[in-house]
Amino acid sequence: MLTQILTFLIFFAVIGCILYGRRLIRTEKVDAVFGNPERALGGTHWVIVGSSFLLLVWLYYSWDIAKGFYPKSANELCQVAKVNDSLLGLKYQFPIEEREFKSTSQIKKENKNLKIIKNEIQNSEELNGQQKTILISYIIKTKQLIPLLTNENLIEDETKQKIDDITGKINLLTENFQKPDYPFETERELNERLKAVKEEGGWGITKVDAGSGSIENTLEVPLVPATYRGLKFHAAAQKLNLISDEFFKLRNHNPLFKSKIKELKEEIKSYRKNLGDNEEIASTYAKNIVKIARRIEFASIYPPNALDKMQAAIIKFDNAQKDAQGGLRFIDMFLFPAGTIIASGPSCSEQGSGRWLPKPSDTFNKFVLMSKPSVGYKDIPLLWIQMVDVSKMIGFILPDWIADILPGEYPVHTKDGIVKQNFKGGVLKIVTGDFNLFKVPVPYGHIWDSFLRVFLGLIFGILIGVPLGLFMGLNRFAKGFFDPLIELYRPVPPLAWAPLIISVLGIDNTGKVFLLFMVSLSIMIISARAGASGTQLSKIHAAHSLGASKKQILRHVIFPNSLPEILTGIRVAVGMCWGTLVAAEFLAGTTGIGFVENVAKKYFQYEVIWITIFIMGMLGLLFDITLRKIIDKTIPWRGKG
Amino acid sequence: MSDLISQNLNMIFKTPKGETVHALKDLNFTLKKGELLTVLGPSGCGKTTLLNITAGFIKPTSGNITLNNKEIDGPGVERGMVFQQGALFEWLTVAENVNFGLRMKKEDPIETQRKVDEWLDIVGLKGFGNTPTYQLSGGMQQRVALARCLINNPDLILMDEPLGALDALTREKMQSLVLKIWKETGKTIILITHSVEEALLLGERLYVMAPRPGRIHKEYNLPFASMGLKEDLREIKKNKEFSQKREEILEMIWNMEEEIMGKDN
Repeated sequence: MLTQILTFLIFFAVIGCILYGRRLIRTEKVDAVFGNPERALGGTHWVIVGSSFLLLVWLYYSWDIAKGFYPKSANELCQVAKVNDSLLGLKYQFPIEEREFKSTSQIKKENKNLKIIKNEIQNSEELNGQQKTILISYIIKTKQLIPLLTNENLIEDETKQKIDDITGKINLLTENFQKPDYPFETERELNERLKAVKEEGGWGITKVDAGSGSIENTLEVPLVPATYRGLKFHAAAQKLNLISDEFFKLRNHNPLFKSKIKELKEEIKSYRKNLGDNEEIASTYAKNIVKIARRIEFASIYPPNALDKMQAAIIKFDNAQKDAQGGLRFIDMFLFPAGTIIASGPSCSEQGSGRWLPKPSDTFNKFVLMSKPSVGYKDIPLLWIQMVDVSKMIGFILPDWIADILPGEYPVHTKDGIVKQNFKGGVLKIVTGDFNLFKVPVPYGHIWDSFLRVFLGLIFGILIGVPLGLFMGLNRFAKGFFDPLIELYRPVPPLAWAPLIISVLGIDNTGKVFLLFMVSLSIMIISARAGASGTQLSKIHAAHSLGASKKQILRHVIFPNSLPEILTGIRVAVGMCWGTLVAAEFLAGTTGIGFVENVAKKYFQYEVIWITIFIMGMLGLLFDITLRKIIDKTIPWRGKG
Repeated sequence: MSDLISQNLNMIFKTPKGETVHALKDLNFTLKKGELLTVLGPSGCGKTTLLNITAGFIKPTSGNITLNNKEIDGPGVERGMVFQQGALFEWLTVAENVNFGLRMKKEDPIETQRKVDEWLDIVGLKGFGNTPTYQLSGGMQQRVALARCLINNPDLILMDEPLGALDALTREKMQSLVLKIWKETGKTIILITHSVEEALLLGERLYVMAPRPGRIHKEYNLPFASMGLKEDLREIKKNKEFSQKREEILEMIWNMEEEIMGKDN
């Protein structure tokens, strides 16, 4: 429903904006000359067209428009695909969609193989003349097998009868299929089918696992025929499966062929048995010739005109089923671009863009589910609020050794098994957070975890990197002493450190925060150093003349003067940290956006993958915008000094 | 005695190429309290080196320089400095720039505010206290720089081409301002300039310096600064003696430049 409305809205928005743009050009007589950047100013209506266009492409190529307007189309196409799948085995025996008869191409192939072996044998230096003569006689005998299969006069009556039988069945199916009430479903069957349809759910529905509360894979395409048209195809497909099974069991082996091939096999067998150990090559060639003979035996080669009636029956059915598809063919053609629904064996699936490009509606549903704390992803929502007692935070912040260094002893239980609390024990309770205060809301979830890691890594990087960088910019010792360390680890891609750091510090927050700290530290040091050493000498001189002490110059001149570099450094560091974090979460972890994507990848949950991509983009954008705002606020003089 | 006395001042630099440059050679001069000295010379004659030594940013190779009988050893509040580009702290407002020195000394904020208002008034920036400095024009920036330096009440003011980057009109106004401040405060001022006119107009005394090695080539005692206090500066420029001196000094500097070119080629 929403998709339908959205599609119409987008259509109208695009058309409206284009019309508005045309009118604007006509009414706006004064336009700057070509090359004047003013020509690129404004144009909100084109922004609307651009984003609408993106959305429309997304809706179209993810087949969400098909889903919105024809929710049952995938199910029907699945039934059609089942028919096509069953029909495929029969069809490819004939030049219907292929270029030639299956028999023809098989004969061609085996003749070619025989020719190759013959050439090899004739040119072989390892084989002696006698061996060559024998092997080539086998080849000739194998070749002589083929006419025994393709001769119309040799074909047995029993085989003919069976072929007619199968042809009759196909014709009957065609006849029935064209009847309006095929497959003659009873009331009970109908009710059972509708119940099954209801149980299975709709196209692209997301199921929530009752046990773990996590989202499961999406039902890609519902299998049970939901419509009457679908049911017709479903029934025909089942029937066709039986027919084609019957056909493939059939062999065109007349008594003459049987005796000839048996003779050949035994001859070769005894020949190989009598060969000595040093005649292995001849044995191998003989074996290969038997293989070809076997392939001819099982290739279902028929005389050229033996299957004509059957071919006509199949074509007739194919046309009938195509006619029965009716409007569905157009839906398939226009609303399922770049792919379609295919059936393979018992299941149906989307193939093409609809598979890896999730439908906006499905994505939105899944996003809502993943955000909910009751569902989440791997038991954790994307972002939610939970109530945490302040005491836990106090216990986390205060180190436990505060209680240890207090005078006195911890309480010891008495004879009666009672523990009497004392002051030292009380302090321990406080520093470990073992008490109750009021509760405050604290965010948690995958997004929050990722955010917190970046934030902490960045804060530590800034707190250590900025003073160190300033120091390095001002002091020869500091620069010389720390430069080798920084320059040695900085050029290494952060992800190259990740395996080491994660195995040393663990897959939880410590390792990741430390990795991000490393990333931000080098960036902050370099930018702070550039800021410090880039201070105009005249400003330093002026501060000296105004009576400022070294500390004051550092605090009031060098630091504010380096702020633009430092803030730009932070902006770069945020981007780097964000990229590194996601990759590090890919590597190992139990929470975080990267972790979600990594798990989704394993289960081919395309919607989840796209959700994580979208979240990462949005968060990255959010960081950048926030920092840009901060930069504009804190250093308005940048570029104007 | 609050004189600036320089005795046998020598400054020798080593260039990165390893050549030695004699930036100042045996400089001897005495500047009495309240005098306005302008220093003129072609580039490379050691004007800025002299100023940097006086300010205490660099130490001379040999010789000594004293202010009020105290040897100059590092920068100090008693020697205020005004730079060519103002060298304002652009992250601070006008008032914060002006009171920078007082804030560093942690003086009483109310008294500081009073002084800031007073000095902003003198340099003609009344009401600009809360303006961010990066929004000011070049001339206004130099006014702030002047106020910032003078609010510390230094004994000696060192000006390194303070008006060099200004347009002609602003420059003239600022020249009057410098003269006005000189008269009202009675400070000793050393002003380095590239402009012969400016050197003549503002200098009670004028040193023309010569390069390689940097030395005082010629010394003038001039009446124009005292005249400029009463008269319009433009009128003085029409003065015959003024034009004569200007031509003379221009000729002198021209010859020096020629000589350098000759040496180089």
